[in-house]
Amino acid sequence: MKTAITLSLGFLVALTLCGRAAGQDLQFPKTVEAGRAFSVPTTGSGKATLYVVGPTQVLRREVSLGENIAFARGEMANAGHYTAFLTGSSTATADFDVTPVSQPSSISFLAKPSRLAVDLPNGISGVAYVFDVFRNLILQPTPVSFQLSGANSAVQVQKVETKNGVAWVKMNSATRSGPAQFEAEAGGVVDKRVIEQVPGDPCNLRMTARADGDRVALETDPVRDCSGNPVPDGTIISFTESYNGETSTVDAPLKRGVAKTDLPAYKGATITVAAGVVMGNEIRWQ
Amino acid sequence: MKKTVFRKLKALKWTALLGCIFAGLLLMGADEPAVHVEAVDASSPRELEQQTQEAVVRDYLLAWQTLDHAMGANQTDLLDATFVGVAKEKLADAIREQQKAGIQTHYIDRSHDLKLVFYSPEGLSIQLLDTVEYDVQLVDHDKVQATQHVRTRYVAVLSPTEVRWKVRIFQAEAQ
Repeated sequence: MKTAITLSLGFLVALTLCGRAAGQDLQFPKTVEAGRAFSVPTTGSGKATLYVVGPTQVLRREVSLGENIAFARGEMANAGHYTAFLTGSSTATADFDVTPVSQPSSISFLAKPSRLAVDLPNGISGVAYVFDVFRNLILQPTPVSFQLSGANSAVQVQKVETKNGVAWVKMNSATRSGPAQFEAEAGGVVDKRVIEQVPGDPCNLRMTARADGDRVALETDPVRDCSGNPVPDGTIISFTESYNGETSTVDAPLKRGVAKTDLPAYKGATITVAAGVVMGNEIRWQ
Repeated sequence: MKKTVFRKLKALKWTALLGCIFAGLLLMGADEPAVHVEAVDASSPRELEQQTQEAVVRDYLLAWQTLDHAMGANQTDLLDATFVGVAKEKLADAIREQQKAGIQTHYIDRSHDLKLVFYSPEGLSIQLLDTVEYDVQLVDHDKVQATQHVRTRYVAVLSPTEVRWKVRIFQAEAQ
């Protein structure tokens, strides 16, 4: 029993030695909007030191007890949780939060990819983080409008609310190739990116053949993708001739939308055309 | 009689001293923080692989250690290892404020309750919410002024860099 009492008393003394009594009252508002001026009343008399501590902002100030402690406009600018310590003859503490300004001031907008094929469903993604004037992430739901527009395609618009400061969308690439403007707008603040939409794989690849002495002259029709966009010049078209168990291939780049080549004219030879994995028509030379 | 009172006082003194050491250990913390991780939100646009999740959590917890070291030593360059962008800039500003004022702070994280809420479609950012408990200790001109236990929720956004995920946004949310 005596031991228990001794231990209890010991811990009481320990607590008294290790900590300090909060003899003073420090009444910070529970929340303050970032950048807003405010003041905190103090009681007592004499001098004390005020510390306001949060990972992203720290301040130390000598104060006169009994007077208001004034925080100027813009002084507490970083949103977050703060602990205030007032040390003098005794120590008082208070916790408070600085909240972001609700009006957006900037958007961190990530649009990917910067280049893609036309007519891809959900091929384009946009992610927007919305910040206030002090570069605090605005955590309350904020409407964001995403807009994708190109010269030859219909405008796509999606309106989304931020969740924990972020909004995202996925959009389809247009059926017509060319640059598209991808915008994110929140509270009148706009951030833009350019997405290059390029033709897709060739579609309905077709060639014709004609005799040219002891050779066969081969030429494709104008090569287009499935949406009718011309496939870019320089794209390699492969012509393959199979005859008597042997195969020979010629690669020819597209020039002004068509590819041309010639191959030896063997009666009974089979000639095929392809662009990458896309196969075209087949001709049997007679 | 006098001898008994003296013995009792002596016992009291030792118990008080041990109590102080125990309380000090509790406050300064030799232990790792308790960590609980909740799987990524189903509404997130990109699936999060287990390996990526582990890396993100590991690097985020490392960022808390870095924060404590950098704020305790008043060295902005220590932040480079785990922070980037606006988070690094704001923390570096706070360290410079500390240097001017002649103070240091320690952030000793006790527990993290993590929820991965957003993994961006292109894989360039991960957002997590952390209900964290930590002790903040204030040191003014090498003298410990006060220690306060804090429980709050942080919103953090991490981006991949060459070697690890780094914290780009680090902001406590009003409760």
